[in-house]
Amino acid sequence: MMTLAEFRSLFHNGLVKQNTGLVQLLGLCPLLAISNNVVNALSLGLATMLVMAASSGAVSGVRNFVPSEIRIPVFVLIIAALVTVIDLAMHAYVLSLYVVLGIFIPLITTNCIVLARADAFASKNRPLHSVVDAVAMGLGLTVVLVVLGAIREIAGQGTLFSGIDLVFGAEAKQYVLHVLPDYHGFLLAVLPPGAFIALGLLIAAHNWNKARAEQRARAAVPAAA
Amino acid sequence: MNAIVRTALKNAARTGAILFVFAVVGTAMLAFTHDRTEPVIARSLQAEKQALINQVLPATLYDNDLLATQQVVPPDDLLGTRLPSALWIARRDGAFSGVVLEAVAPDGYSGDIFLLIGIDADGRVTGVRVTAHRETPGLGDYIDRAKSAWIDQFAGKSLLEPEPRHWKVAKDGGVFDARAGATITPRAVVKAVKSALDYFARHRAAFAVPMQGQPPPEKEKHA
Repeated sequence: MMTLAEFRSLFHNGLVKQNTGLVQLLGLCPLLAISNNVVNALSLGLATMLVMAASSGAVSGVRNFVPSEIRIPVFVLIIAALVTVIDLAMHAYVLSLYVVLGIFIPLITTNCIVLARADAFASKNRPLHSVVDAVAMGLGLTVVLVVLGAIREIAGQGTLFSGIDLVFGAEAKQYVLHVLPDYHGFLLAVLPPGAFIALGLLIAAHNWNKARAEQRARAAVPAAA
Repeated sequence: MNAIVRTALKNAARTGAILFVFAVVGTAMLAFTHDRTEPVIARSLQAEKQALINQVLPATLYDNDLLATQQVVPPDDLLGTRLPSALWIARRDGAFSGVVLEAVAPDGYSGDIFLLIGIDADGRVTGVRVTAHRETPGLGDYIDRAKSAWIDQFAGKSLLEPEPRHWKVAKDGGVFDARAGATITPRAVVKAVKSALDYFARHRAAFAVPMQGQPPPEKEKHA
């Protein structure tokens, strides 16, 4: 079983302290490619989270049977098989979403954060902890992706949730928010350089926040002494 | 020495066997999933293709099973294709009523623009859709029906109306409008649609030949 404190620390790790997008800087390939709008970003983030949870659970389950010399090939095999299963299932049952994310789904296999969590955490911890860690890490990545997607979509097209009809059907088109009406678009934000710039700003904000917190902590120590 | 080699071999055999077991389990998992999803995927791909065709050729124009008429034609300069492409022949009450062609505009701003073009028996365009392209987002991508209605202006056009010399974007003295700042993309599409009409004119007689042993027209099953 898992204590509440462990649970909290895993989530704090995944969302803030070791955030894959802002701190570990792993898995940037999908981060940059798919974060041009919120719907794509959220969909790929959740798909990655699902793959991470499944692969970490599976890796943790078999960790005692895998000699350490061949652990990497075995983990890659598990991840690739799971991704392919999810790829086929999405192709069969959510075609419209598959059309949008199709080429990025197989790339989840090569997203180093999936293998990184399998090797660094799941291979040394019990299944429940590993799944929770993977979900927390995946959630951290998803949050960064969505924030990035929102920044780029508003700056680039002046909308939010464009393309939501691809996921929920044509009726959902009414939920597209035109944040900036009559906006002519800002190409840079839509293209990959926009992703680099926006990610840079997010990392800067994260670091600034961290530095401020440390400074406050340092200032508080002498006062307490 | 021998003992070392033996241990090494034993280790290799053990790890190899473990890897093999994982490979077998993984393969079994994939085979099972593939087996389960294959018919669903095939069906949804068909449905998607039918939906796309319905956008370029009105369903009232034909009563045959259009997807079943698929023909593969060799690469052709007029179609802009470098690989064999597909076309579908529409009939109503047994008579030739139109065709849906796959064509390529090879001179887009960033490479090939893939098109699906519907043409009726009189040589009039019934609709055009871009199926794949790499044009600049926010600039040249308005040729995509999901982004703007630009592509709708081809509907009803033929080689007679407008005249061939007016099959150009407005900037070049033609009748098709294009947005300022991105003329290469629409220019390529206009040229490709006109070439497809030339292709149609050249092959119309062959399309109109009734197929041998064609079953009586079946009511379309629209899902």
